[in-house]
Amino acid sequence: MKPLITVDNVHKHFGGTYAARGVSLELYGGEVLALAGDNGAGKSTVIKMISGVYQPDSGTISYQGENITGKNPYEVRDLGIETIYQDLALADNLDVGINIFLGREPMKRRLGFIPVLDRKTMRQEAIRALKDLGIVVNDLSIPVRYLSGGQRQAIAISRAVYWKAKVLIMDEPTAALGVPEQREVKELIGRLKAQGVGIIFISHNLNDIFEVSDRILVLERGRKAGERLISETDEDEVVKLMMGR
Amino acid sequence: MRILRLLTGAWSWLFLLFILIFFEVWSHVTYGRTFFGNIFNAQSILLAATQILMMALGLTFIIISAGIDLSIGFIAGLSAVTMAVVIRALDPHLAPGWSFLAGISAAVLISLIPGFINGWMIAKLKVPSFIGTLGMFGIARGAAFLIADGATVSIRNPVAREFGNGRVIFDLVPIPVLIAIIVTLTFHYLLSSTKFGLYVYAMGGNYASAVRAGVNTTRLTIIIFMISAFTASLMGLFYTGRFSAGAGDAGEPILLNAVAAVFIGGASLTGGSGTIIGTVIGSLIIAVIQFGLVFINVPPFWQFVAVGLVIIIAVLIDQSRDRLTGMSGQEEGA
Ligand SMILES: Nc1ncnc2c1ncn2[C@@H]1O[C@H](COP(=O)(O)OP(=O)(O)OP(=O)(O)O)[C@@H](O)[C@H]1O
Ligand SMILES: [Mg+2]
Repeated sequence: MKPLITVDNVHKHFGGTYAARGVSLELYGGEVLALAGDNGAGKSTVIKMISGVYQPDSGTISYQGENITGKNPYEVRDLGIETIYQDLALADNLDVGINIFLGREPMKRRLGFIPVLDRKTMRQEAIRALKDLGIVVNDLSIPVRYLSGGQRQAIAISRAVYWKAKVLIMDEPTAALGVPEQREVKELIGRLKAQGVGIIFISHNLNDIFEVSDRILVLERGRKAGERLISETDEDEVVKLMMGR
Repeated sequence: MRILRLLTGAWSWLFLLFILIFFEVWSHVTYGRTFFGNIFNAQSILLAATQILMMALGLTFIIISAGIDLSIGFIAGLSAVTMAVVIRALDPHLAPGWSFLAGISAAVLISLIPGFINGWMIAKLKVPSFIGTLGMFGIARGAAFLIADGATVSIRNPVAREFGNGRVIFDLVPIPVLIAIIVTLTFHYLLSSTKFGLYVYAMGGNYASAVRAGVNTTRLTIIIFMISAFTASLMGLFYTGRFSAGAGDAGEPILLNAVAAVFIGGASLTGGSGTIIGTVIGSLIIAVIQFGLVFINVPPFWQFVAVGLVIIIAVLIDQSRDRLTGMSGQEEGA
């Protein structure tokens, strides 16, 4: 099987800070790759280079064998690589349907010639998308700021799923959530994985990582400190890698 | 809960109805005649509401996007004097219709310049809109008085006079009111039914969400400040038409009423909510209060007090909406 994402020896520095120093990784469909490391180890920098937010100083990023280094975030997203940042970037004052469609809204015609937003389709599709993910939201007409943290996370994820993401990158998706909501998100990750989506999962919580991931890649001050199959490692070893020992 | 949500959402409609009934009853009891049923009263109220609405219309877009535009009062003045100066200069050489057309075109075009600069400053230079448009307030004011040479510019153009004072549709509807209705419907459509309008809400709700969705927020910001300048310039045109004279401070007294109309109409200070229909109701409420108080012989300064009270009530209701129902009404309309 060929990898979905290949990161080859990327470097990135900000002034005197070397945030990534020769990081390489591969991500396959249907697997969860955890990115671990201390604060400032370079995890967010690496995924931002994949999603096009940062351009690497050197090295390449490919998607299904095609070099995508240098593409901007919209182009990367259109390829099917969705990134969910920690702040989620939902439009809190708008409803679920619009949040899933924002930027790609369907239109219809009123009186046969006046183009208007097709809110009904957005709402119906939202119901379907959420149902597919096993999420229940009682009132889809309310602004998403009234939803729980887990539901909001689910909306961000269902947006990715609705647009048929092949790669899903999640930067600390459970950090701000309560225990039941963390559970929901982890279950969602399991279901997406079963559908063949490749997932990069950043977390500081080793329990979560060991629960959902297949492989783990540890970064230490911008360098790759090690890469292990989850089934062949344990928390002690990972902590040692994170501390550079 | 649903009922509460509906009531708090619809309070401005109910309030408008309430003050209309109040003045109607008062009028019957004291003068033995109708208040709103009188065509002259109704037309005067609608004309006053049109003035407020023209400034408030564009402002609604700005406030939904979580900004403010303080410069519209003097942009209206700039438009009013530009129209008057151009008509005055051309009248000896052209037919009145042509000089009128040249006057209103020049006024609208000149007014779009400060609108563009506002948007550009705010989007590109990241100047907070309160500060940026306060600066433009001073600049547009200076420009208006400079163009008018510090005085009122009077004109004698029959087409302009008809534009400001004429009536159509069985001699019932003042021309400015008719134009205002058409402009309002257009902007209502833009805000409620197009991607453009949706992105204004998204930008006001969470700037990052709009950026992430691929919205060109710089362009969007410039466009909404140009819309704001455009509707303010219409207010200036109506002023010059109505009084056959342009004045630099034509729109200045209306600014606060326009801001009030948008908030009474359900917009929130933090952005992300508000509707054109709400703003129309807000403008009507203020116009009815102003005209009604004069009608029942209350000294005119009480208008300020009354409008001030309504603004405070509006804000209180906006806040209690969240507390009472866990919902904020007048969200982006479905
Ligand atoms: N835009 C930037 N400008 C300057 N320095 C940056 C920038 N982005 C990241 N850095 C620096 O690069 C290093 C790596 O940061 P990065 O955000 O990738 O770490 P991280 O592993 O995601 O950390 P955390 O677990 O705290 O989120 C840090 O030292 C950080 O200060
Ligand atoms: Mg990070």
